[in-house]
Amino acid sequence: MRPFDYHRSEDGRDAVKAASEKGALFIAGGTNLLDLMKLDLMTPSRLVDINRIGLKDITPTDEGGLSIGALVTNSDCAADPRIREDYEVLSRAILAGASGQLRNKATTGGNLCQRTRCYYFYDPDMACNKRKPGSGCSAIGGANRIHAILGASDECIATYPGDMAVAMAALDAKVVIEGQGGDTRTVPVRDFHRLPGDQPDKDNILEPGELITHVTLPAPAKGRHIYRKVRDRASYAFALVSIAAVVEMDAGKIASASLAFGGLAHKPWHDSAIDDLLTGEAPSEALFDKAADILLADAKGQGSNDFKIPLARRTLKAVLREATGERS
Amino acid sequence: MTDTTLRINGEERELSADPRTTLLDALRNHLGLTGSKKGCDHGQCGACTVMVNGRRINSCLTLACMHDGDEITTVEGLGQPGNLSPLQAAFVKHDGFQCGYCTPGQICSATAMLQEVKDNWPSNVSDSLTGEAKLTPEEISERMSGNLCRCAAYPNIVDAIREAAEASS
Repeated sequence: MRPFDYHRSEDGRDAVKAASEKGALFIAGGTNLLDLMKLDLMTPSRLVDINRIGLKDITPTDEGGLSIGALVTNSDCAADPRIREDYEVLSRAILAGASGQLRNKATTGGNLCQRTRCYYFYDPDMACNKRKPGSGCSAIGGANRIHAILGASDECIATYPGDMAVAMAALDAKVVIEGQGGDTRTVPVRDFHRLPGDQPDKDNILEPGELITHVTLPAPAKGRHIYRKVRDRASYAFALVSIAAVVEMDAGKIASASLAFGGLAHKPWHDSAIDDLLTGEAPSEALFDKAADILLADAKGQGSNDFKIPLARRTLKAVLREATGERS
Repeated sequence: MTDTTLRINGEERELSADPRTTLLDALRNHLGLTGSKKGCDHGQCGACTVMVNGRRINSCLTLACMHDGDEITTVEGLGQPGNLSPLQAAFVKHDGFQCGYCTPGQICSATAMLQEVKDNWPSNVSDSLTGEAKLTPEEISERMSGNLCRCAAYPNIVDAIREAAEASS
């Protein structure tokens, strides 16, 4: 690990100020950042420890939703009675990820910022545009079983690995961000992560020194909450395909649907055309196939991950059968 | 160098170390507590599991300097030869190991995991998020999935945890 200056902040203003210098990064749980620092894949010159600045509460909002402090651990978020009761898809998604030990450390803000698990990103001897812009992409034409089938570019086919943010995308949660000037801005989770384009080194829209302070959930969405994760092991593995779904039925028809997808792209994938297609319709296999057609219209396999295209279709249909009460 | 005060197994310990020092390396190399083991050093195997303020974490993925004033419990603080914790005794009885390298992490992890169940935290395999947490073998396997055992003593580990849980309930 490269040397760095360690700064522990006691309040948010101090933290943002301390992170103003080039090369500074915040550290919260550190479960991803320290892993990357041990491999010299991330080499901050300063670490600003934000674990003692507060932001550890989940509080009601005026709009009837919840505001989750950025430093609420994944364990506390998943176990919160209000989240379990009203935002089941979020609890389920968090519990489907990592291990008990990691969830105890990982935070709400940090989890949003976790980086890809592309094998080549983790291997400093291989070309990777995300790690070293302009060096090339070893995953294209290489081992790419876990890679993207949607929204990839010629420069990067990495996926965003998380589960929590996929549920937050389905719930249309918002990320509250404090800037260097003390100003705050609010960005939908659906727009927080980026597609790689020609700048795959940028995972998300955060500018240097910006601090995530909260994630806000809208008022509870009625209906069935499902998080289905397909992976190589039954536990403690990243998603090959995952789907967060909140679907409300009324008189045999789909009253509302909100779906988001993990494991398919450089960001949690959300396509409002899928939600719009389903809304107001009676569930049927033909309808579910149409939804999958929309999802996968531009899907492109890279060789080893071709299987994700039919897997995503089958997973989506299974989730919709379950969500709409049909027997699978 | 960064000065840090840690309360480890009820005892206050002073540490002066490079800020890069992980909690695991501080315990093993600076403070002489070699019960916690270094397996992968990347948070994947769980051999380094300790409890911080009552919660299990991977001590290899956190910096010691981030834990100034925190209460750390390592396997040494759970029991000693001749005075084993119920979980340690159950691991011996059920042969919950072969080489023993992962065992301190398994014991620390299981100790905290049983408290999580008492606190009614759900898991990925819980049918209901709002019902009572039950400690079935499937639940134990899921909740302990962050602790790998390359000897594959898993069935005996599950038996040991189940017996210790039943004895304490």
